[in-house]
Amino acid sequence: MSNIVEIRWHGRGGQGAKTASLLLADAAFNTGKYVQGFPEYGPERMGAPITAFNRISDKRSYLHCNIYEPDYVVVVDATLLTAVDVTGGLKKDGAILINSSKSPEELRPLLAGYEGEVYTVDAGKISEEELGRNFPNTPMLGAVVKVSGLIPEDQFVKDMEHSMHHKFANKTSVIEGNMKALRRSMQEVKGL
Amino acid sequence: MAIRERLSGNEAVAMALKQIDLDVMAAYPITPSTEVPQYFSQFVADGKAGTEFVAVESEHSAMSACIAAVACGGRAATATSACGLALMWELLYVASGTRLPVTLAVINRSLSAPININNDHSDSMGARDSGWIQLYSENNQEAYDNQIMSIRIAEHKDVMLPVMVCQDGFITSHAIENIELLEDEAVTKFIGEYAPDWSLLAGNPVSVGPLDTPQFYFEHAYQRARAMAGSKKVILDVFKEFGELTGRKYELFEQYRMEDAERAIIILNSSAGTARCVCDELRDRGEKVGIIKLRVFRPFPMEELAEALSHVKAVAVMDKADSFSAIGGPVFTDVRSACYDLEKRPHLINYIYGLGGRDVRLEDIRLVYNALSEVVEAGKPGEIYRHVGVRGV
Repeated sequence: MSNIVEIRWHGRGGQGAKTASLLLADAAFNTGKYVQGFPEYGPERMGAPITAFNRISDKRSYLHCNIYEPDYVVVVDATLLTAVDVTGGLKKDGAILINSSKSPEELRPLLAGYEGEVYTVDAGKISEEELGRNFPNTPMLGAVVKVSGLIPEDQFVKDMEHSMHHKFANKTSVIEGNMKALRRSMQEVKGL
Repeated sequence: MAIRERLSGNEAVAMALKQIDLDVMAAYPITPSTEVPQYFSQFVADGKAGTEFVAVESEHSAMSACIAAVACGGRAATATSACGLALMWELLYVASGTRLPVTLAVINRSLSAPININNDHSDSMGARDSGWIQLYSENNQEAYDNQIMSIRIAEHKDVMLPVMVCQDGFITSHAIENIELLEDEAVTKFIGEYAPDWSLLAGNPVSVGPLDTPQFYFEHAYQRARAMAGSKKVILDVFKEFGELTGRKYELFEQYRMEDAERAIIILNSSAGTARCVCDELRDRGEKVGIIKLRVFRPFPMEELAEALSHVKAVAVMDKADSFSAIGGPVFTDVRSACYDLEKRPHLINYIYGLGGRDVRLEDIRLVYNALSEVVEAGKPGEIYRHVGVRGV
């Protein structure tokens, strides 16, 4: 099963971590991959910790369980670092990507001794500057594509533009801001 | 030409129902099946489906409306989960007893109480004796395929029974995965026209649902039971024809690495995939293990299963529903009964697993295969009614 890349998303209800995992599945699908994108459902309250998952592979994965040993962890809300075991099972040769204005070095002490790569991106700031509101999921998606190298970047940006025109067909005003947020996050991610 | 897509299980079912071009969908929302009528009603609103969408006030009414529509000679379907299926109960028997080929997408969810929105099979397993054919689906692809095939099975003159197509709530209903879709025209051609021998709107006046006195009720019940028994042949014919169309070959159950298997797991729906991964892992180590994944639970493939298990030493039957009979879950008791006439019966144990959305992990399946090794070694099953993945056991 080593050819499957597994990603676990940690966020809070309302931040779009689930949507981000589905968008990542979409983007990977567009490059010809087999994908899974699924959230773990519980009481769906705004602000409650939620988890979402991706499997991306060259052959269909038949696994239908949650992900316990991810290659990548994406933390959409840095307040979860002290609330949830975000690095639990995370592979040493994997990486964690955190939405924070802080540097990877500053956050590493909060990561329960995790020895792998740590990346940060200030998705909240990018979102507020480009979208006028705190919707960190789009910049986090851009950053995870950058960090993981799962998808060729040019193709990813092109596909995202396409799917946003589809998704926001009745709300085209948000497309430009989202695309800017996506590009910026790919440039501004720290730790590379 | 197949269409390469990525859809959730719920989207896949809504897509199948659109391509089937239902005359009527009547539905009431309940998690996790809500998206099926939600997506479908969007198709209707956008003019992509010529279906009359009836937003009813309960699942009892949803099934009543479907029964009425099919009695009028139309094609009708609905979708539900858990307590929604429980509220349909009375009408499930009316649909099968009136021999109306209604189709239903069951997005499996646990029954209350305690209230829980997540997956297990207590809803559809509770409805296993309602005269409905039951097809189970490992993933979005199988849910889509089963939904399309269910039309041909239900409407076949030798069957005329309703069919429910089950898939796991959230685990597959809300998971985006790759899928191959048929072209609309291919679906239209495959399912053909619904041409019942009688209907309320046909020229000859008929009554539907009158009192059946002791002079007739038993005969009708017998005919329904015969239809269920006879449906197996029709199901296999439809599977074969669908396989020729799509390349996806289906049987009453899938045998995975069973050729020389000494230990086997019997399972259905999404966890069959997880089990397959463990089976591969153990096979790589030279262990003779296999999986039987049930697709058709009603009618129950008794003779075929017995044959498939005749060379196996120990079998674990996995039930994602407990029947509170104190002797094991519903799949187990049927499989055990199927093995009774075998000259050399395998040892059989039952595992209740994954209730209320408890995640079914690779190590859970490994534990089951390990337990089977112990049964083989001991030469006796020991405790037969077991649980895996529950704390304190």
